[in-house]
Amino acid sequence: MSITLEHVKYIYSPGTAYEKQALRDVSLEIPQGQFVGIIGHTGSGKSTLIQHLNGLMKAPSGKILYDGKNIYEESYDMRGLRSQVGLVFQYPEHQLFEVDVLSDVCFGPKNQGLSQEECEARAKEALALVGFPEKYYKQSPFELSGGQKRRVAIAGVLAMRPKVLVLDEPTAGLDPKGRDEILDQVERLHKETGMTVILVSHSMEDVARYVERIIVMNHGEKMLDGTPQEVFRYYKELEQVGLAAPQVTYVMHELKERGFDLSPDATTIKEAADEIMRSFQ
Amino acid sequence: MIRDITIGQYYPAESRIHRLDPRVKIVCTLFFLVSLFIQNSLLGYVIATVFLGAVIWLSKVPLKYIVKGLKPIVILLLFTVVMNLFLTQGGKILARFWIFTITENGLRTSVFMAVRLMYLVAGSSIMTFTTSPNSLTDGLEKLLHPLNRLNVPVHEVAMMMSIALRFIPILLEETDKIMKAQMARGADFESGNIIQRAKAMIPILVPLFVSAFRRANDLAMAMEARCYHGGEGRTKMKPLKYKAGDRVAYIVTLVYMVLIFVIGRFVDFRLWIF
Repeated sequence: MSITLEHVKYIYSPGTAYEKQALRDVSLEIPQGQFVGIIGHTGSGKSTLIQHLNGLMKAPSGKILYDGKNIYEESYDMRGLRSQVGLVFQYPEHQLFEVDVLSDVCFGPKNQGLSQEECEARAKEALALVGFPEKYYKQSPFELSGGQKRRVAIAGVLAMRPKVLVLDEPTAGLDPKGRDEILDQVERLHKETGMTVILVSHSMEDVARYVERIIVMNHGEKMLDGTPQEVFRYYKELEQVGLAAPQVTYVMHELKERGFDLSPDATTIKEAADEIMRSFQ
Repeated sequence: MIRDITIGQYYPAESRIHRLDPRVKIVCTLFFLVSLFIQNSLLGYVIATVFLGAVIWLSKVPLKYIVKGLKPIVILLLFTVVMNLFLTQGGKILARFWIFTITENGLRTSVFMAVRLMYLVAGSSIMTFTTSPNSLTDGLEKLLHPLNRLNVPVHEVAMMMSIALRFIPILLEETDKIMKAQMARGADFESGNIIQRAKAMIPILVPLFVSAFRRANDLAMAMEARCYHGGEGRTKMKPLKYKAGDRVAYIVTLVYMVLIFVIGRFVDFRLWIF
């Protein structure tokens, strides 16, 4: 179930004073099962990009293939695509509306046309996946804490059993503990279910720990695309576009410059510690 | 999608009209609207056209935008034209078929009515195109200031207006976002009968109301934190002051009004082509 984008372009309010080119000629391919991070500064086009992945926005030029099929074809089943590619928006808790948590999570499966029992089974499964405590299932979603609300909202998308999960800034506005919990859970999900996860963020530090591939967006263009190690080698270029590599990258490069015999490609603190130890031996 | 709706449609540009004091624009627009109703002759409309055309040209707002603004009244316009064309009697009969007759007066009234309506909308939209909602309410507040003596809370009303205007794009954007989020969860707003469609709105309306209250609450808190306590003793960072250009605009409008008034009152020769 790979996703392929070919020369996708998008312009907001074309032909007016507010015209803005959000995507200029983006091509990329995301194979099934990959854990991808999309990084970019505010306004770099990352949110616009992911809304194309499930057909919410339609590019005026370019092609998007899901599982080899062109999603812009006349007879393409858009709603089917949307249940395959689950998109969790920024601040997803703002979309909650039901009287209790369980029925809110049931909204997606219900739209897929499943029976009440099936919906509830799916909802419970999804809530368990995000680690939401069972005793709150019948509570109003508006009475929960910020972190719990977000879990419910993510579960609302997971209950549709998507093959691809796209998360737009899932940690925005959470404290460090809530951030780590959500990201750890997403990583577990990726490992357990094998679904493709696309994580959008502007924080390198967040993303570097989890993903196997990073796509850097800048001014509506794909600037870099590769493993975290490959991407962080360009830490100077990243700085110029308002992004930064993780702090360990700076430490490792500095050490190497000062004559240590080590590879500066470590992306996490643990890798860096191991590498430094190795250089001493 | 929904974001394409423009209300308080400000067109940012650098022009003489944009730079005018909002009070001038409000007052002159009112005069222009009045001028359309106190005369009814070809010469009067020619002068109104020249006046409106000059303002549009000076404002640097593309004519395309103003024409687009006329779209919502197309049906009303057609209705008025048809009604006037067939129902107004008098004058030479120009055409007659079945039970319909078109008279000279009918044609004349329907054409003038159409022009009048179009100028009405174009005239007021040129004001909203060239004045940001905030300076518009600023101008209104200043203009209505004398009502304070009558215990009308002018400042509060103006503040409420500017907040409401400010929130329109925000809430539109929010609606767009919520719609998309629910569509991503498989919601369908387009099919089904009326009841099903109304029901489909619930997943949009509930979050929208919740967010409107949240934002209102946040804003109230932020205003209180900055010691906002209503208009009493409040000064402005940029108080409105008339400049030379504003005086010129007033004089030009005044001359225009006098011309129109004279034509409407005394000029009886009908410059009529037929």
